[in-house]
Amino acid sequence: MSQTRQAFDDAQPSDQDIAVSVRGVSKNYGAVEALKNMSLEFPRGQLTSLLGPSGCGKTTLLKIIAGLLKPDSGEIIVNGKAVSGPGPNRAFVFQDFALLPWASVLRNVAFGLELRGVPRSEREAKAEKYIRDVGLAGFERAFPHELSGGMRQRVGLARALSVDSKVLLLDEPFSAVDEQTRRKFQEDLLALVENENKTFIFVTHSIEEAVYVSDQIAILLPRPSRVSEIIRPTSFRTKGVGNIRRDPEYLDIVDEIWASLRNYVE
Amino acid sequence: MRIYGHKLPAMSSLLLWALLWEIIGQTGATFFVPPLSEVFVTLFKIIGTPAFVTALTETAQAFLAGVFFSIVIGIPTGILMGKSRLLDELLLPWVNIFVSAPLTALVPVLMVLFGFGLTSIIITTTLFGIWIIILNTRAGVRQINRSLVEMATSFGASPLDAFVKIYFWAALPEILGGVRIGVIRAVKGVIIGQLLISIVGFGALFELYASNFLMTHFWAVLIVLFALAFSISEFLAYLERKVAYYAAKR
Amino acid sequence: MIHRSLLLKILSAAVVFGAWEIAGRIPVSYAFPTFLESMDSLLRMTLDGSIFHAYAETLKPLIVGVAISTVLGIGLGLWIGLSEKFEWLFSPIFIVMQAAPLAALIPLLVMAYGIGLTSKVFVVCIMAMPVIVLNTSSAVRNTPESLKEMGRSFLAKDRDVLLKIIIPAASPVIFSGLRLGVSAGFIGAILSELKITPTGVGDIISYSRSIADYPSMYAAIFSIILLAVLFLNLLEKIENILFEGNDRGYVTD
Repeated sequence: MSQTRQAFDDAQPSDQDIAVSVRGVSKNYGAVEALKNMSLEFPRGQLTSLLGPSGCGKTTLLKIIAGLLKPDSGEIIVNGKAVSGPGPNRAFVFQDFALLPWASVLRNVAFGLELRGVPRSEREAKAEKYIRDVGLAGFERAFPHELSGGMRQRVGLARALSVDSKVLLLDEPFSAVDEQTRRKFQEDLLALVENENKTFIFVTHSIEEAVYVSDQIAILLPRPSRVSEIIRPTSFRTKGVGNIRRDPEYLDIVDEIWASLRNYVE
Repeated sequence: MRIYGHKLPAMSSLLLWALLWEIIGQTGATFFVPPLSEVFVTLFKIIGTPAFVTALTETAQAFLAGVFFSIVIGIPTGILMGKSRLLDELLLPWVNIFVSAPLTALVPVLMVLFGFGLTSIIITTTLFGIWIIILNTRAGVRQINRSLVEMATSFGASPLDAFVKIYFWAALPEILGGVRIGVIRAVKGVIIGQLLISIVGFGALFELYASNFLMTHFWAVLIVLFALAFSISEFLAYLERKVAYYAAKR
Repeated sequence: MIHRSLLLKILSAAVVFGAWEIAGRIPVSYAFPTFLESMDSLLRMTLDGSIFHAYAETLKPLIVGVAISTVLGIGLGLWIGLSEKFEWLFSPIFIVMQAAPLAALIPLLVMAYGIGLTSKVFVVCIMAMPVIVLNTSSAVRNTPESLKEMGRSFLAKDRDVLLKIIIPAASPVIFSGLRLGVSAGFIGAILSELKITPTGVGDIISYSRSIADYPSMYAAIFSIILLAVLFLNLLEKIENILFEGNDRGYVTD
């Protein structure tokens, strides 16, 4: 990766290894400007949150990175290559889980591999491993409608992990699960970032969640959509999941973000 | 309905109605209602007769052909309408008109154009069945959860994959619902066609029995017909229930 | 985008009528007049008033039958939907009637009631009523429990629950049943005119067929389909006036 590329922000070390970069991306829906000349970089092996009020274009940006939407101008570079559509180097986790209701957990988790033409026995072995990893062992034969919301999202997560992409795109993945499940997910996500050498791009509308899980938070503001600020928490990352929420820096950052966002909330 | 805490089976009241029928028949109150028992005796007598077998085969042929065309033309049309806005806007007004139009009025035209035979009856049957299949398939395709399609796209699904693995299955509850209603309508269509053309199948048989005042024969054939129609509809409803577990959440 | 959709409707009509005209000019069959010939016939029948006489005849059994089916059907449907006993007793009959080709009863009806108005009204009723009954009863049965509980918690009387909660909540499905019933009624009315005795529009169709006046035959068929469409649109208007804010119900049969 280019070591000489100009760092996006002074908060970001210049020798950072960049996995995904967004360069001058614009996207309009008719007369509505969803994104305007947006640039942003995502360091490898870290979790970056896209945080902002509704209408700031965070999900649009994520879908453009995924290749699900085409930008009107600008480009997305993943591992040095420009994105022209969905590709095997990125995997998406959906807000509403997007599970096939007619397929078992096993087939759902293996579905990404199935579409890539991986033979049945191989993909199912792999799927079983990730089903165990996300804590759903024993539910391989269950159907989505027999699972709780949290378990369904674990299926969605296992599906994204099983294709072994280097970049994981998560679109408000925990917004449809209850508060306690969400906290568990957040802790598990931190462990995942730690253990898997993957780059996570995480869209959320929860300030606490963003600060809790992120190595880097990009604050997006609407009208026109822009990156207003990049925040990199430094001190509490290493203090253990149980202590983050009462760390002074954590609390300060949460307050600070709220102060800058409150004027944009309808 | 419960009696002493036991739930009575859903259709069990039909037995009560059958009993009522038998009693009215036995009293001889009206010539048009012979006792049910006699109807059943007649039923077993005529069920193997050549006249009955011919009527049944002719009807089954026309019905199956009509249903075949309704499904084979209806489902792809519905899927295309669900996916293409232009096609949808061009075709939908016509589908909406024909789904509720008095199609019986078209039968005389079909008789003139295609003769008094099987072809006209098949077309009548198709016309009765096809529109609701188109409408339901279209509705099924239109309500597919966007994120299922995006999910498949993000994992690199080809258009064929998306069609076979996502669209078809996601729209299946609606498609089956449409086929069930379409088939029920096709049963009505095939009988209406035969009644109006009246020299083939059950139409001819009814004509024969009615003009000779063979009431028990008439009712016997009617019961066979109703039972067949009801079984077909229940079978399709059973298929529909098999996919109902995911119909509500896609 | 109202403009675009109107434009496409006109385009779509133009394509179909154009195809009809061309097919008639080839002609695909001696019995296939062109669109313009048929419309000309329709105009002629309208001007000399014969079409109005015909519809005066056709609409008699249709309106009487639909009216009876509506009142009796909704009444029975409410009753079946509210009482488990009546559901057990009556709903199987209507379920069988709904699935069965009731047109087969026509020869019997003719024997029992002759070839007059009574038979025709009967045909319209047996075609139209089952779907009205079944839609009404299932809509009543499926009234959201929370709405009824809300009513009771605000001390509504049974009558209020029925009139102010159950019926409005069920109205979209009841009306979709009515639409289906009316369209089945049209099928029955035309069927009885073609099968029992040729009167009204059925007479125009049969008569013009027998003298090979095909444009008149097509014109009559065109007019009855048009009438059915207008009638169903009228019903929708009535629904929108009676129950503002009803979403259009799905077609279920």
